[in-house]
Amino acid sequence: MANLDIAQVRTEEAPKLPAPVSTTGVIGWMRQNLFSSIGNTVLTVIGIYIAYSLIAPFIQFALIDAVWTGENREACLPKDGQHAGACWAYVKAYFPQFIYGRYPTEEVWRVNIVYFLFAALLIPLAMPSAPFKRTNALLFLVVFPIIAYFLLTGLVIGGNVILPVVETAQWGGLLVTLVIAVTGIVASLPLGIALALGRRSKMPIIKLVSVIFIEFWRGVPLITVLFMSSVMLPLFLPEGVTFDKLLRVLIGVTLFSAAYMAEVVRGGLQAIPKGQYEGAMALGLRFWPMMYLIILPQALKLVIPGIVNTFIGLFKDTTLVLIVGMFDLLGQIQSSFTDPTWSTPSQGHTGYLFAAIVFFVFCFGMSRYSIFMEHKLHTGHKR
Amino acid sequence: MAVQEQDSAGAPARASLVNDPKVRSLFYQVILVAGLVALGYFIVTNTIANLERQNIASGWGFLENTAGFGIIQSLIPYAETSTYGTAIMVGFFNTLMVAVVGIFFATIIGFVVGIARLSNNWVISKLAYWYVELIRNVPLLLQIFFWYFAVLRAVPGKRDKWSFGFDTFHLNITGLYGPKPIWETGSAFIVYAFILAIVLSVVIAKWAKKRQDATGQQFPVFLTAIGLIVGLPVITYFVTGMPVYLEHPNYVEKGPILRRGFELGVGAKLIPEFLALTAALAIYTAAFIAEIVRAGIQAVSHGQTEAARALGIRNGPTLRLVIIPQAMRVIIPPLTSQYLNLTKNSSLAVAIAFPDLVSVGGTVLNQTGQAIEIIAIWMAVYLSLSLITSAFMNWYNQRMALVER
Repeated sequence: MANLDIAQVRTEEAPKLPAPVSTTGVIGWMRQNLFSSIGNTVLTVIGIYIAYSLIAPFIQFALIDAVWTGENREACLPKDGQHAGACWAYVKAYFPQFIYGRYPTEEVWRVNIVYFLFAALLIPLAMPSAPFKRTNALLFLVVFPIIAYFLLTGLVIGGNVILPVVETAQWGGLLVTLVIAVTGIVASLPLGIALALGRRSKMPIIKLVSVIFIEFWRGVPLITVLFMSSVMLPLFLPEGVTFDKLLRVLIGVTLFSAAYMAEVVRGGLQAIPKGQYEGAMALGLRFWPMMYLIILPQALKLVIPGIVNTFIGLFKDTTLVLIVGMFDLLGQIQSSFTDPTWSTPSQGHTGYLFAAIVFFVFCFGMSRYSIFMEHKLHTGHKR
Repeated sequence: MAVQEQDSAGAPARASLVNDPKVRSLFYQVILVAGLVALGYFIVTNTIANLERQNIASGWGFLENTAGFGIIQSLIPYAETSTYGTAIMVGFFNTLMVAVVGIFFATIIGFVVGIARLSNNWVISKLAYWYVELIRNVPLLLQIFFWYFAVLRAVPGKRDKWSFGFDTFHLNITGLYGPKPIWETGSAFIVYAFILAIVLSVVIAKWAKKRQDATGQQFPVFLTAIGLIVGLPVITYFVTGMPVYLEHPNYVEKGPILRRGFELGVGAKLIPEFLALTAALAIYTAAFIAEIVRAGIQAVSHGQTEAARALGIRNGPTLRLVIIPQAMRVIIPPLTSQYLNLTKNSSLAVAIAFPDLVSVGGTVLNQTGQAIEIIAIWMAVYLSLSLITSAFMNWYNQRMALVER
């Protein structure tokens, strides 16, 4: 045989070669996700072009051409041969109005305390790991509204003015937006729970009334509800009884969102297995203890994402109150356009951009939170 | 509560009526009815007293009175001398027009974006993602204002224009101009041909399905239907001697400065309020539809695709015959409720003074003070639209529901 000294067969493994450059790292990722085929490459190019043609003018307008400081419209007028950029100086000058409306300047600290209390109570309530949930919820849902009411409207005891009265007509901007959205959702929760229970009730008349109420409010647009509360509600009341305009809107918004809330809660009630009801009955619980101790705690926990989504919808819909002559954030911005001091070609764009950013930050944040809760709650009930 | 078993005959009666579920339930319901009746009585008496004090005669008589205000866009003949009733009809048809056009575009954009969201292409799916997130999280009213005050005010002025689509469409601050079809005598046959084509298509589809069920042979129903619906009217058009022609808008460039611009009443025109409202509604609703479409497609389990592969079905038919029918079952119910939302949201037209039902109704309300009647009309219209929609949804759900053994 031939010379066996020359080894023809490897006795140890060859060193591992790195994966081809084209399949790993940035290049590999791009090949796989952007340029895997001709069609895909074309799509990528089109997509990048669309993104560029949207983002580039936006950055040009909002950042590069923007005017950051200035006293009046002179600063924001486009210079020769220049495009008009965003006039942030105008937003800065109007910022207090956008946040507080025409609330008297010397009383603004009261609004600030309400904002602070709101955040300080809501944040631990929203964090699943924070302790003292029950106390916190009680403070937020019962104590806070009372304090906020007196802080915002004023307090007069026996002729002594402790906090000067501020008419709701002077409120505006983000304050009105938050007051309507938060009051609407908090007040509609108990009403919504009652309606949801009513709709699932075995008593025919209660069920019928709940169904009619829910379907009626869900079937009409919020605008007509607002018109109704501002035009028709005064007709329904005895002569001499008048409501504050804000209160009328709040009543309309609460009834409207209660119907949506009822459907959300009903979804939660339907998700609770029948065994829970039967178990509660077997323990001899009556209807309300059964609901209060067994069913609602589970059902409401399940529908937190739904409640947050309803709140997002309501928060966006508060802009409609400007149609019945109230000044929420958008209404306040819209009304600032009439001020000749800041009248420039870019004023409208800047104002809308500011409103869009504020609403986006709020709503996007809430929808992220809702998704987070959904993942967190999707544990015990999924089969 | 009420599930406790009934007293069987001869069993001893309960200790007290208070604990009888039937009595209790009756008691609660009687209290509810009494409360509602009392509330209704309170409202009705107050309203009557208030109306008398304000000297407003309730009733529908005002609908016969002359409106006296102009409406910038109307699908039916309307003049300032028309009645309030006609004005409200104009508003109703405008609402319907916005809803139909908005739904058409929202569906197209929504399906494209929803499918793009599932694309393997990173750029495309991210674009779709940010479209959805940005549009969903900004109030619709703000978007309407943006389109109306920011975008449509930036187009050329009244004496100028911006043309596109091979010079057939023109945009300026007074609106979008385009060709208008003029129907001359004999053109009714084209409409008949169109209707006939639709009827024929339905018949063919039924026949093809029956044949396929019986023999397994397929028939190209879709192509035949397209051919019929397009072909038949076109043939009629030529046979009847081309009775339809297009009237292009007339743009006056010369002459006195005040006469320049588009001539009134020539060609078709869409007012900027309509454009802004429809664009905002379509784009806003499309973001929600995109999420529905994505969820619907994702709801079809991957095993379905794999099973279709295993049966040797190609990609196209897999999508058409396996994935889409199952996804549609999930998509259609929320889709109809989005359509309904779009219709209800079209009431925001009042903010930019597009004459829809709410906007025209608001004007009538201000002129006549007939608040109850006007709001009743609004609510009746929107409620019946939503009842019709939910009736359709129930019908569809029954038809499409999974037939389980």
